[in-house]
Amino acid sequence: MFTTDLYTINIGPQHPSTHGGLHVEALMDGEVVKDAIVHLGYVHRSVEKIAESRTYTQFIPYASRLDYLASNLPTLGYAQAVEKLMGLSVPERAEYIRIIMAELSRIASHMLFIGSLAVDLGATTGLVYCLRDRERIMNMLEMTSGQRLIASYMRFGGVSADLPEEFFPAVQSFLNDLPGMIDEYNGLITGNEILQARCRGIGILSPEDAIDYGVTGPNLRASGIAYDLRRADPYGVYGRFKFEIPTGQRGDCLDRLTVRIKEIEQSGSIIRQALETMPDGEIQAKAPKVLKPAKGKEVYHRIESAKGELGYYLVSDGTDKPFRLHVRAPSFVNLMVLPLISRGGKLQDIIANIATLDPVLGESDR
Amino acid sequence: MNAVNSDAIIEKLRTIAGNKAEIVLDAFFTYIKVSPDDLLTLMQLLRDQLGMNYLANMTGVDQGEEFELVYHLYAIPDNQQKLVVKTRVSRDLAELPSISSIYPTADWQEREVWDLMGVSFSRHPNLVRVLLPEDFTGHPLRKDFKKEA
Repeated sequence: MFTTDLYTINIGPQHPSTHGGLHVEALMDGEVVKDAIVHLGYVHRSVEKIAESRTYTQFIPYASRLDYLASNLPTLGYAQAVEKLMGLSVPERAEYIRIIMAELSRIASHMLFIGSLAVDLGATTGLVYCLRDRERIMNMLEMTSGQRLIASYMRFGGVSADLPEEFFPAVQSFLNDLPGMIDEYNGLITGNEILQARCRGIGILSPEDAIDYGVTGPNLRASGIAYDLRRADPYGVYGRFKFEIPTGQRGDCLDRLTVRIKEIEQSGSIIRQALETMPDGEIQAKAPKVLKPAKGKEVYHRIESAKGELGYYLVSDGTDKPFRLHVRAPSFVNLMVLPLISRGGKLQDIIANIATLDPVLGESDR
Repeated sequence: MNAVNSDAIIEKLRTIAGNKAEIVLDAFFTYIKVSPDDLLTLMQLLRDQLGMNYLANMTGVDQGEEFELVYHLYAIPDNQQKLVVKTRVSRDLAELPSISSIYPTADWQEREVWDLMGVSFSRHPNLVRVLLPEDFTGHPLRKDFKKEA
C-alpha cells in the first residue's frame, strides 16, 4: 500500500472567503480533506468582561456590534433580556416597530449571505445585485436610527425614535419589489449551473448531528427540522403573525441557500402584516433612567437572530451594572460543525461550507 | 408557551433526580441544583428519559468562593420543556466532569468556559483555549482578573 503524507493548508485568517478573521487549518490527504481545525479569536474584544464595567444602557451599542450585519437583532435580544429582568412592558406600537426593523435586518443579513456565497464561489456579479437591494434597507435603517450599519435603535421599554414619514413609502416600495429581487437571485444565483454543482450534495449536515451540535437558525432548518424560535417560543408580538417555516431536505449547501431565500419572502410577509396592523401610540414605556435590577436575579432570553438562537444570560447584583452577562452566539456554536461537514470533501468545499454556515465573526469571537 | 413546565414534568423530574437534586422554580425556568459528582448521571437521565436533547447554552459565573456552572436545556423541536441545571464547584478545585460525550455541543462551550473563566473539564477531548491566544495567562472573566489599560 502506498500512503501519502498529510499536509496543511491554511485558509485565513486574512482571506476574503472567511468573512472576517477566521482561520481554518485544513489537513489534506491529496485532494481530500482529512480534517479541518477552526481557530477563533482574531476579533475577540471580551465584550462579556466589558459589560461588567458598563451600565445596562451603555451596553446597547456593544450589543449592536455583535452581529453588525443585522444589528437590530442583537440589540432586540439584549433589550428584551433586560426588560424580562426588570419586568418592564413595552408599548404596542414599539413592539410592532421592533418587529419591522428586526425583520428588515434579517433580510439584509440574508441578502449579504446570498451575495457573499456567490462571490466566494467565483461569481462576483452576484454580489452586486444583492448589495444593490440591501442598500435600500441600509437607507431605511439610516432614516429611523441615523445609522446605516450599527443602529443602536432599541431601548429598554421601546425604541429610540418613531418611524419617520419617509420610511413608509420606502418600505412599501421595497416590499413591492421584493418578489422581483428574489426572482432575480433565483435566476442569476440559485439557478446557476456552476453554483449548483458547487453546492448540491456538499457539506451535508444530518438533522441528528445538527441537534447534537446545537446548530440553530437557517442551518438547522436546512437539515429538515422546522424549529424557529419566533414560532416555538414567541417573544414580542410574533405570536400574532402568520408565516411559514421553510425547511430543506438534504441539509447540503444548496438547501442552506434556498432556505434563506424563502425566509426573505416570509420576513417580507411579516413586515407587511405588521405595517397593516400597527397601532398608534407611545413608542417608549416609562422606564427609569438608571436601571438597577434587584440583587441575585437571573434571566436567559433567546431570540431567533439571522444566524440562529441568540441568547443572553444576565445575572444582576443590585447595582446599575450587570454582575455577569453571557452571550450565547449562534455563529460560535454553528461553526463547530465545520470540521464535521468538511471531512471527506475537497478543499473548495470548505469555502462553500464556511459561506453557507454564515458565521459573523463579531459575534462568534465576541 | 412561555409558561414553565407542567406539573407532570416536574413530578417526573423529581423521580429522575431523586433526593440528590434540589428543584427550584421561578417565572421563566425550572432550576435543578446538583452536586458536581451527580452532574453526568443527571444529564444522561435528562437526555434519555425526559427527551432534553438540546443544550442551548452553558456558561460559568464567578460567585467568589465558588464557580457556578449553568446549563440551559431544551427539548426540540416541540420545545415544551425548559430546564436549567446548576452546579457549583469550589474556586480551589475548579474542575468538573465534561458533558461533551452526552451533548457534543458542549465541546466548544466548555473550552470557552475554560478559556475565559478558568474552570477545567475532566475527560474533555481537547481542552485548549478557544478565543484567547494559547500563551495568554489568566482567565479574564474571573472577578479578580486585573485589567491592563
